[in-house]
Amino acid sequence: MTALLDVEGLDVAYDGMRALQDVSLVAEAGTIVALVGANGAGKTSLLRAISGLVRAERGTIRFDGDDITRVPAHRIVRRGIAHVPEARRVFASATVRDNLLLGAYVDRDAAHRAARLEAAFSAFPILRERLEQRASTLSGGEQQMLAIARGTMSGPRVLMLDEPSLGLAPKLIPQIYAGVRAIAEAGTTVLLVEQNVREALRAADTAYVLQTGRVVLHGNARDLIGDPLVQQAFLGIGAA
Amino acid sequence: MDALATPAQLLVGGLLTGLVFALVAVGLTLIYGVMDVVNFAHGEYLMLAMYATLALALLGIGPLVGLPLVAIALFLFGIVVYRVFIRRLLAGPPEATVFGTFGMLVLLQGLAQATLTSDYQSIPNPPFHGTIRVGAIAVSQATLIEGIGALVLTAALFAFVEFTETGRAMRAVAEDRIAATLMGIDVQRINGLAFGIGAACVGAAGALLMLSYPVYPTVGAAFALTAFVVVALGGFGSIQGALVGALLVGLLEVFGGFYLSPELKLVPVYLAYLIVVLLRPQGLLGRR
Repeated sequence: MTALLDVEGLDVAYDGMRALQDVSLVAEAGTIVALVGANGAGKTSLLRAISGLVRAERGTIRFDGDDITRVPAHRIVRRGIAHVPEARRVFASATVRDNLLLGAYVDRDAAHRAARLEAAFSAFPILRERLEQRASTLSGGEQQMLAIARGTMSGPRVLMLDEPSLGLAPKLIPQIYAGVRAIAEAGTTVLLVEQNVREALRAADTAYVLQTGRVVLHGNARDLIGDPLVQQAFLGIGAA
Repeated sequence: MDALATPAQLLVGGLLTGLVFALVAVGLTLIYGVMDVVNFAHGEYLMLAMYATLALALLGIGPLVGLPLVAIALFLFGIVVYRVFIRRLLAGPPEATVFGTFGMLVLLQGLAQATLTSDYQSIPNPPFHGTIRVGAIAVSQATLIEGIGALVLTAALFAFVEFTETGRAMRAVAEDRIAATLMGIDVQRINGLAFGIGAACVGAAGALLMLSYPVYPTVGAAFALTAFVVVALGGFGSIQGALVGALLVGLLEVFGGFYLSPELKLVPVYLAYLIVVLLRPQGLLGRR
């Protein structure tokens, strides 16, 4: 199996503050990869570097064998990587339909769009009922579903989700994750950033633990649930 | 004389005046909405368009045939201005675009004053000079064509922004340029296009205005001030708001000019502006 997404030795800094240091990560095609860690560990920075919103100072990002480290942000989605940003950032004054169509901006093929719309509705059925409403009228959970569905509308091979459960009522989280699993089962590779470590490790195949900009642990997600460091640092299990 | 004839006459006159204001203002509001730039040189673009229309008329090309040519010229001018100028200013602090576009106003107006006569100049042989009467209402043909032309073009811009892929992308950039980038939208391209279209709108307005109005180097100032009031009244960034604001300003100006005095015609306009800004700072149809 070859890696669909291969990040090697990545350094990222904002205004002189180091956000990532020598970070390497591999995502195999068709898997869910979780990226966990505390606030400020560098999870969002890694997604922003992959989608081209910030430039890496060192290191390479390869996607399907191509070096995409210096590809401009607006061309990344055309390559097949979609980024669902932190805090959802749906287009609040546009309708749900327009939000979804904007997700498909890079692919104007009507048949593709129709098929992806159906797939989005089967992952998140509520969106079908909300289609003509402005996104601002949706609940937080519905906006998150819309943000994820919008991310799938370009037909990406890699879908990057930044904190999909953040700020949502606990009873909504299983619904969001059911949708994410449905998307992954349809063949999309998912790179999942979460502070909700338990939920992320349950959903994922492999996982990376970030601490202050470095990868400190990585491996099979189920093994990491039992790892003493993870249990102590994130799951509140074990003596301090 | 019929007691309602005068108000009806003023109503029609006010609406037709307002429609031309709308076409000037929608360009301003589109540019502001998409990239948060207040184009202080907008009135000078109108002046350029009017002189271009005059030049074409002197070559024997009338304003209505000249209109698409002037609009295309202003579109290209707008794109060049964005590429070499505005794009760089946007990378700086927010005030940079204020001083930059204001500087452009001074430059263009100064160039016009230095190179052209300050006399009022009108097109030779204006094509429409009759008056149309419906009952007691009389409208000059030129004013009617200006108003209808402005309405058609404003509606076309609205339809473009609302119903096309590129218009949808413009709305997305207006709302959140980072999220728009993540959709694969090239924000620089959309900004340039919006700036060009905004300039084309004021270009078309300039061509229409030459049907009834003279051009002089500082003609832009009067219209630009009105356009800023229209945009602030209607809500910055809103095309429908610009239309509503422009019609309101047109009516207030015409009624004010008749019932108060021609010198005081702007008093009700600014009074309405102050009231709206105090009670609804985001403008009539603005958000937030």
